[in-house]
Amino acid sequence: MNNEWPLWEVFIRGQHGLSHRHVGSLHAPDAEMAIKNARDVYTRRNEGVSIWVVEAVHIAASSPSDKGPMYEPSESKIYRHPTFFDIPDDVGAM
Amino acid sequence: MAPMTENAVDQAALLQFLLRMGDNTLILGHRVSEWCGHSPVLEEDIALANTALDLIGQTQLWLGLAAEVEGQGGDADKLAFLRDAWDFRNVLLVELPNGDFGQTLMRQFLFDTWQSIMLGRLMKSSDPRVAAIAEKASKEVAYHVERSADTVVGLGDGTAESHDRMQAALDYLYPYVGEMFLSDEVDAAMVAAGIAPDPADLRSEYDALVGKVLAHATLAVPDGKYTHKGGRTGYMHTEYLGHVLTSMQWLQRAYPGAEW
Repeated sequence: MNNEWPLWEVFIRGQHGLSHRHVGSLHAPDAEMAIKNARDVYTRRNEGVSIWVVEAVHIAASSPSDKGPMYEPSESKIYRHPTFFDIPDDVGAM
Repeated sequence: MAPMTENAVDQAALLQFLLRMGDNTLILGHRVSEWCGHSPVLEEDIALANTALDLIGQTQLWLGLAAEVEGQGGDADKLAFLRDAWDFRNVLLVELPNGDFGQTLMRQFLFDTWQSIMLGRLMKSSDPRVAAIAEKASKEVAYHVERSADTVVGLGDGTAESHDRMQAALDYLYPYVGEMFLSDEVDAAMVAAGIAPDPADLRSEYDALVGKVLAHATLAVPDGKYTHKGGRTGYMHTEYLGHVLTSMQWLQRAYPGAEW
């Protein structure tokens, strides 16, 4: 029998308008305690205004061994980057 | 009768009231900090350390104001580290040993619930300094009570072993609960000045909140009516307070006036 609490991945939004970012993981018996633990472990220094937790087993991830076929084909396709356009000055910051 | 002005407030009684508030958070904060590095899991270790730090932070405010009211040129540090056991005014509950993790969390829950109700009333204090401290502390304590109540439910309604340990913790601690609701002439002076409520008036709200959580935790409230007392009046502390002070005050006793 496994007596360990499940692993949860923690995502925190630093301030309004930004998106949640993965900050780390922790163990907790359920989602509610995972949020409380995340509050205590990851927001002690005023890091966040919102917390998401998701049980780690529910995250589907790409496999590191598929790195070649997954990502290398895009390396040689620089024309997909929008860096060849001259942006008019009056557009301002983008 | 003279109109109620700040000068009419019995300053000696106000000092006692502030020492009671500050000594509760100081001694419990120190007790909880004893778990640092020893908790059953990392997450609980950090959470408990946060709670201890919140309580010590509240202590700085309460004892800082106490030193101001005392007017002897002291400060929160002097009150915390240079008084002896008979000068402390905390309730006995907070000086009791940590026991196992369940006993620590049960003690925390029984205190947090009282403190959250007390601070709610103090936010309406006629003394703006008291109201400001209560306002700041109440947000911290709202989280403490949510967390300790959840843990009491989780362990009480957990395995057979965790349930038995939580029931044993409740049976041991419950006779110390009543002291938080005793009233004396200090409380009467605070009520008359509109500074603080009569502790006895908080009991029914407390019983309702605690009863709800303990029922959810499948724990039985002990029916004995006996109450250990003597902490908040300074009449007699338990033997445990001296041991707390020995480790807490060691540095200032060995190296008087040491700073960093």
